[in-house]
Amino acid sequence: MNKPVLEITDATLAYGEKTLWTNLNLAVQPHEFIAVIGSNGSGKTSLLRAILGQEPLTSGSITVAGKPVTAGSASIGYIPQHRSTDASTPMRARDLLRLGFDGHRWGLPLPTRKMRARVNHVLDCIDGHDLADSAIGTLSGGQLQRFRVGQAVIGNPSLILADEPLSALDLHQQQSVANLLDEERREHNAAVIFVTHDVNPILGMVDRVLYLANGHFRIGTPDEVMRSEVLSELYGTQVDVVRNQGRIVVVGTHDHDHHPDEEWV
Amino acid sequence: MIFNFTDFGALLPLITNSLIAGALLALVGGLIGVFVNTRDMSFAVHGISELSFAGASFALLAGTDVVLGSIAGSLVAAGLIGVLGAKARERNSIVAVLMPAGLGLGIMAISLYKGQALNKFGLLTGQIVAVDVPQLAWLAGISVFILAVLAVVWRPLAFASLDPEVALARGVPTRGLSVVFMLLLGLAVAASVQVVGALLVLSLLVTPAAAALRVTKVPGLVAVLSVAFAMVSVIGGILLAVGAGLPISPYVTTISFLIYLACRLIERFRK
Repeated sequence: MNKPVLEITDATLAYGEKTLWTNLNLAVQPHEFIAVIGSNGSGKTSLLRAILGQEPLTSGSITVAGKPVTAGSASIGYIPQHRSTDASTPMRARDLLRLGFDGHRWGLPLPTRKMRARVNHVLDCIDGHDLADSAIGTLSGGQLQRFRVGQAVIGNPSLILADEPLSALDLHQQQSVANLLDEERREHNAAVIFVTHDVNPILGMVDRVLYLANGHFRIGTPDEVMRSEVLSELYGTQVDVVRNQGRIVVVGTHDHDHHPDEEWV
Repeated sequence: MIFNFTDFGALLPLITNSLIAGALLALVGGLIGVFVNTRDMSFAVHGISELSFAGASFALLAGTDVVLGSIAGSLVAAGLIGVLGAKARERNSIVAVLMPAGLGLGIMAISLYKGQALNKFGLLTGQIVAVDVPQLAWLAGISVFILAVLAVVWRPLAFASLDPEVALARGVPTRGLSVVFMLLLGLAVAASVQVVGALLVLSLLVTPAAAALRVTKVPGLVAVLSVAFAMVSVIGGILLAVGAGLPISPYVTTISFLIYLACRLIERFRK
């Protein structure tokens, strides 16, 4: 086995009385695609924040490429949730890519041959030349998220963290962005931690699922975790996992405090 | 007659200091303005300038260096806004609270001041053509400092301003940069107050960049146009003021406003 890209050891995160997860152990190998699933408030996004060093653990440790992360890292690529951008934002799609490449470095943003070559290479990869000079405020959700994938891989990260990158996209866009991410993480040899409430768009590319609920979790392949008996035990109530035409539907989690779509876990 | 340029040639040597000061301020204001706009801090600039005015007025009353007082007021305001108003909505109310407080204190100080009336007025609405050598040295020092720091932090500051969530994940010290930017902004405001006056600082630190953002989305070009617009406004304003014998600020603000209007028209025409 290779050295893990991400190693989470006996990690616990609790806020006062509320425990999000306890004794979480996870070693992610390079090339692995991990889906983190769970209802709202189950600590999915907190896990990403903990990996980035933005959320101190109650106990345990997390290392990325063997080192703890204190405040973000240039060896991590990050894909945020889609947000529409103000139309006056002075940034073209190619500038978004560039920020991912050298935006974290000090100094003036003088153009370099290496930067141009890298941006052009990524534009090839994401098929983005036509939109490269568009202001990002004019891009559709799916178009922007494709550039977000490019921005995440342009710095050759060993780990990509994605926080609900497909939410607010239509089904067709979801599949196109997910497929692009899968191609690009293979091309760039990066592991992926993909936080989502719907596993279906990424079902074909996921190696393992980390399912969070009620302060507990299960880790395993989708076939091991996405089963009625496993999720029933996790939730402590009868939960049915229905497979229908290649899609997985979870029924009975009583997560009615959010959009009905999220039943489709 | 509003304009009288008959002895313009004789006047030019007298306004050399003002022109140099104006050019420095335009350069600094045009560049800082880009970040003021992308970080949505236009209103904060106004708040800082009122406290800068208060600081300058107290310095005038106390008989100490006006620029120093102005800087002190600016930095206090920038610090308070930075610490208390991390979120945009909170920031607006903090600024709205600080602004009248600063203005009131400043007016009190200049009312108590028994010296030249012209100076009092100047802090609010700008000087005529009266940048002396020590003042110019201050302005030059502040400007060089701001430009030097900007040259170091530009790239991560742009990342943190345009794409804060990803910048934070990539290891950009967004909070530290925010403090650094407030410091630079405070200094830029203090410097601008000396020439255009507290009430009109926005015309240097906000309008040129806002105009540039109307006509281009290319980051480098935004900075270049913003500086160019600020330069035309300030230098043009000074030259016109010399001919008219009025304060420079109405000219600076009018030119800068007309440029903004023109940019909006260009934007509309393109669509």
